[in-house]
Amino acid sequence: MRQRSLIAITAALSAGALTLTACGSRDSDDKGSDSGDGTVVTIGVDAPLTGDLSALGLGIKNSVDLAAKTANKQKLVDGVTFKIQALDDQAQPSSGQQNATKLVADKSVLGVVGPLNSSVAESMQKVFDDAKLVEVSPANTNPALTQGTDWASTKKRPYKSYFRTATTDAIQGPFAAQYLVNDAKKKKVFVIDDKKTYGAGLAGTFTEEFKKLGGTVAGTEHINPDSKDFSAIATKVKNSGADVVYYGGEYPQAGPLSKQIKAAGAKIPVVGGDGIYSADFIKLAGATATGDLATSVGAPVEQLPSAKEFVANYKNGGYKEAYEAYGGYSYDSAWAIIEAVKKVVDDNDGKLPDDARAKVTEAMQNVSFDGVTGKVSFDEFGDATNKQLTVYAVENGAWKPVKSGTYSG
Amino acid sequence: MNELPQQLVNGLLLGSMYGLVAIGYTMVYGIVQLINFAHGEIFMTGAFGALSVYLWVVPSGTTMWIALPLMLIGAILVAVLVAIGAERFAYRPLRGAPRLAPLITAIGLSLALQQAVWAWYPEAKSARTFPQIEGGPFHIGDVTIQTGDIFLLAAAPISMAVLAYFVMKTRTGRGMQATAQDPDTAKLMGVNTDRIIVIAFALGAVFAAIGGVAYGLKYGQIDYRMGFILGLKAFTAAVLGGIGNIYGAMIGGVVLGIAETLATAYIADIPGMDKFGSQSWADVWAFVLLILVLLFRPQGLLGERVADRA
Repeated sequence: MRQRSLIAITAALSAGALTLTACGSRDSDDKGSDSGDGTVVTIGVDAPLTGDLSALGLGIKNSVDLAAKTANKQKLVDGVTFKIQALDDQAQPSSGQQNATKLVADKSVLGVVGPLNSSVAESMQKVFDDAKLVEVSPANTNPALTQGTDWASTKKRPYKSYFRTATTDAIQGPFAAQYLVNDAKKKKVFVIDDKKTYGAGLAGTFTEEFKKLGGTVAGTEHINPDSKDFSAIATKVKNSGADVVYYGGEYPQAGPLSKQIKAAGAKIPVVGGDGIYSADFIKLAGATATGDLATSVGAPVEQLPSAKEFVANYKNGGYKEAYEAYGGYSYDSAWAIIEAVKKVVDDNDGKLPDDARAKVTEAMQNVSFDGVTGKVSFDEFGDATNKQLTVYAVENGAWKPVKSGTYSG
Repeated sequence: MNELPQQLVNGLLLGSMYGLVAIGYTMVYGIVQLINFAHGEIFMTGAFGALSVYLWVVPSGTTMWIALPLMLIGAILVAVLVAIGAERFAYRPLRGAPRLAPLITAIGLSLALQQAVWAWYPEAKSARTFPQIEGGPFHIGDVTIQTGDIFLLAAAPISMAVLAYFVMKTRTGRGMQATAQDPDTAKLMGVNTDRIIVIAFALGAVFAAIGGVAYGLKYGQIDYRMGFILGLKAFTAAVLGGIGNIYGAMIGGVVLGIAETLATAYIADIPGMDKFGSQSWADVWAFVLLILVLLFRPQGLLGERVADRA
């Protein structure tokens, strides 16, 4: 009897767990796109739709959905209906790779927008490249993804199918350093990172430039992203006499970190990259976040004339979640794929060719249009040619643009 | 400024939280020799219980002085219900089974509870903000104490005192001691061991719930995964203090918390150790400490050597 009940319970538990997981994946399938007659082209989306970073991920998914719907409404490509297939990578490289394989297997997928995390992109690039399937990331900022691991000395593009509309950490970190030293007159920084590809890379390029400009580093720390207790570090920051903290990492840790640093009595701003440029950062950091800064890629979406329409359409689209830091870039990434598909279809007498994937990847290299975030086109590495950045500050519980500019080394 | 007093307080606070959760591990282990790996999730559901009371029961704008006691009651109710349910449906049917079976059930239950909160609690897919107590912070010399931490500083010793009284002085408490020593003989002497076991689970859940509220007040946010790492740490604290010993759980928690904090703060200052000093190494040092204690004192800091129970 004992044995039988053991089996029954184990079975019940695993069935329960599986059902719950299934709920999760069902959530992330999108049924929102219109389907019509003619050829259906799927734009894959890979982003963290659940977990800590889901706010950013859902913004990406919704923006791609909006791009597909807009293209369908405008009948931009004759005879082709776009739909999206959104997969959840939970910010895990392993899930990202599985999703990549899944998207490659679906023959109607001609392009993928995503992922959010540079570490996830690393695991997906080869899968897509082998299938000649184009991938456009709205958010990856690690320079190695387009310029190879030795990007600092010799640039070499590792994968021809990988593009991005975001600028890289090689300019984002230094841009923040220039703002802090030249505009905010900060001299002593305490640098903290989460040891991940994105965070450590950003902290590294920031520190280099900050020192070059004459600033000093009062201390460095690495945090454990699983932890929520940063009190020991907060006390160190306070005692270091630093007048600013730079954090390389993402908002789930940056929020509590900022809160605990302020609580420890250090009334100094916490500065980060686009990984903390999220409304959730302010939510987690609480009232003391006022004055914290973040750099993000591009000009503020709300200020560009090209973006007004996007913001209005997004509002009318009835999406539950905000478009967040990467909404405009995601829309532009999806639109770049749509433009490439259009070119391929137009060149082939209005039909999709048999080797559509390879053709789309080829066409992507020469795509050029006025997007939400400005002019969208790619250089020989697949990087965005638009190298604009903006510094944002927390003011009255929201991010306010402080200074936009183009980084010049 | 000398930062050592502040770091010790940081460690004490972190450790008190470990201690509150560790009590549940130690009591259940002491009585049924089961490591309830789902206990971290009971801590998590407690915190969500408190948040639910704040969001849906208390009228908005209520001062925390009134809301907090109600939130505590909500947290305790939810955590105790989950714990009793776990005992009844996941552990009791396996009571005669080999040790490994309930252990695996516990891990399954832990995942199931996380996923349940993830799937059904509104907006629990990312961290939810937790209400804060107004006022503060307080300064004692160089040491700063946050308003939310006052709750933890008070709750940990009061909980210990109440628990000690309960176990030592009440009839049920003595029944627990008897069951811990020898369940079969205790049964023969008229102790309702089934009831005692349920009480042990429920009591552990009460302290986990208090810990959950303390976590929310301290960090200002809770999420569905908050129990996993903290549960592992609390289990470590219970082992460090001597599993089965309720005072050991609290002492083990405090020792672990202080060790982690001091490792983060000072190891980098030792010449040649700057690579191993950051917070990402604090867990490693905590476990080095655990291994050292277990090498030289296998029963833990306060545990007694029990030869017939291994």
